[in-house]
Amino acid sequence: MFRILKQSFRTGVVTEAVPVHDDAELERLGIEVRRQIDARFGGSLAIRQVDAGSCNGCELEIHALNNPFYDVERFGIHFVASPRHADALLVTGPVSRHMETALRRTWRATPSPKFVIAAGICACDGGEIGVSYASCGAVENVIPVDIKIPGCPLTPLDLLTGLLGALASDDDKR
Amino acid sequence: MSRFDWLSEYLARLDDDHLIARHGDTRVLAPAHRLELDAEDWGPAGRIAAAMGLRHAGVWADPLGPDPMQRGAENGTEIEGPAIRVQACLEQGGDYLILHTLVPQTRPVLGSHTPAYPGVDRLERHAQDLTGVRFLRHPDERRWTRHQAWSADEHPLRQDFPIDGRREGRTPADVDYPFTRIQGSGVYEIPVGPVHAGIIEPGHFRFQAAGEDVLRLEERLGYVHRGIEKLAVGRDPQSLMRLAGRVSGDSTVAHAWAAAQAMERAAGCEPPPRATSLRAILAERERIANHLGDIGAICNDVGFAFAHVQCARLREQWQRRSAALFGHRLMMNTLVPGGVAQDLSETAFRELRLDHAALHKAIEPLFDIVDDHPSLDDRLIGTGILAHADARALGCTGYVGKASGLTFDVRRDSPYAPYDQVTVDSPEETAGDVAARVRVRMKEVRASLWMLDRLLDALPEGEIAAPFALPEEGAMGLGLIEGWRGEILCFVRFASEGRIARYFPRDPSWFTWPALERLIHGNIVPDFPVCNKSVNGSYAGVDL
Ligand code: SF4
Repeated sequence: MFRILKQSFRTGVVTEAVPVHDDAELERLGIEVRRQIDARFGGSLAIRQVDAGSCNGCELEIHALNNPFYDVERFGIHFVASPRHADALLVTGPVSRHMETALRRTWRATPSPKFVIAAGICACDGGEIGVSYASCGAVENVIPVDIKIPGCPLTPLDLLTGLLGALASDDDKR
Repeated sequence: MSRFDWLSEYLARLDDDHLIARHGDTRVLAPAHRLELDAEDWGPAGRIAAAMGLRHAGVWADPLGPDPMQRGAENGTEIEGPAIRVQACLEQGGDYLILHTLVPQTRPVLGSHTPAYPGVDRLERHAQDLTGVRFLRHPDERRWTRHQAWSADEHPLRQDFPIDGRREGRTPADVDYPFTRIQGSGVYEIPVGPVHAGIIEPGHFRFQAAGEDVLRLEERLGYVHRGIEKLAVGRDPQSLMRLAGRVSGDSTVAHAWAAAQAMERAAGCEPPPRATSLRAILAERERIANHLGDIGAICNDVGFAFAHVQCARLREQWQRRSAALFGHRLMMNTLVPGGVAQDLSETAFRELRLDHAALHKAIEPLFDIVDDHPSLDDRLIGTGILAHADARALGCTGYVGKASGLTFDVRRDSPYAPYDQVTVDSPEETAGDVAARVRVRMKEVRASLWMLDRLLDALPEGEIAAPFALPEEGAMGLGLIEGWRGEILCFVRFASEGRIARYFPRDPSWFTWPALERLIHGNIVPDFPVCNKSVNGSYAGVDL
């Protein structure tokens, strides 16, 4: 136990300040997220992540959001286990045809008003895979998408910037 | 390099059984030897190899057109019209042997290797679903990669099948897959997936349990089948590299390297020494990042959040350095055919050294705790034991094999540049449980860190890429790389004008997924997540 305390003490706090939107594109994106979520949700955001055909690169980076540097829980963003508990779906990958029905069912199981985020370039427009006999391409080819966050994979910062836009709207209201 | 003390014995045993192996050659798929068999000898040749204790490293089918040029360098059996070439890879002591045979597309039947090699079960079913080759006496007739995106009589990899398929309407769910059931009082079934509870790839698990004990686990994968092999057809070498880097996102360097190596061998292109050293630096960084993430996640699955948080912190710092020095957090797009995309600057050199020293300092107290902490020991020791015999029968490599006493490591046993210049330590554990897999991973992190410094010390001067001359039509190459999960095998065949005719990357997960089904036996359902994480098979890498 002492070893653990010692290590924890030595490590200290590593979370970083909220990233600022630096370029125009992110600004635009942030504003759009803010507007969308402002209209539909308040307070916290429960996210159900769905891998619909990703290479797993995007998942690694979404995982990173929970590491001590980003620690998104402090902003009220939670990843939940069931679509029934979710406000938003975070979908990665080009949608493989074998996941088409599963994704649609997950979407249907998410209570309205639901918010769908296409994460990564594959989810936005099909990316390197595109449309094939086995892939439906972009997420919007299967379910309606509210915002797209590109990147291959998108970095935690890309994601955080997009998601924080949503939460900032709540602060404005107070 | 090749010693091949076993090849003459294998040939003699084939001969004893009146099987004829022809056109033995060492050039076409060097460093592997290559032998052609008659189709009817395919099954028996597998049985004899198994009897000799050779490891089966995979099987794949390559649909050829009627054009003799496409049939490549060998004469081939006389077959009219389109044919399918089936190839299998065997290994022992670091020497590789490729068996190949030709079957007519109108009647593509072959004896199965699965009765002798349970590990190739799904590879054969995958080949069957995609190309229509039928493996006779295969113990499991069910489809594997095919769900409902295409029908049983369509074969996406054949030349006459259009890349966009014949898409009509929505793809129905694959509800009728005939899972094996156990009957008995008190036996119940738990279906899980394809959408799991966490941030994880999709797949389906079917547990048969009594009380808490797992009686049987069956995996159903194929959900992320994106058609990679078909998408590769017609690409040029650069764009194949981009695709290869996305076979499995966590192994992007390893898969890209395997594809590059296969193409370079087909083209007779030798990447300069500086390029191979830089590739190795990238690959070792990838290994460390993934092991760090997994060690933390394994601890987290048994409720030890401390290690998870610490490992995640180290991984994040490590990834940030990768982004700063190599331009990408996962190091995607860093390899090109013939070399690497970008050189290291002098300052980068210093930063890397500091980085290695910092990680070294950070992991020691941490690994010390993971190695010896009573609450972790309680949950990890004796959990999910993969017996040595099972690991061997399935052909497991990487940390799964090493934790069960199989130390095979391509870097050490069939070294490619630059690993022929550095000592590669292949850790061995024999307990085969989750704790052993954690220990192997910790040892690999330490060994890779040590190796990274040696690679930097000896980093050769010079070019970072060699010109890549397009190979002739029919040229083939085999890539063999030790990825962080284990041996990656990659086959590439070229069409005319340097276009890709066939690309098949075989991830080590093909053999570790079946291992998970075995090692979960007799464990309790709540221990499944930690067992699964300790194996960490790639979904995308086998669904392709
Ligand atoms: S966007 Fe890139 S990392 Fe994400 S799933 Fe697609 S290929 Fe993989």
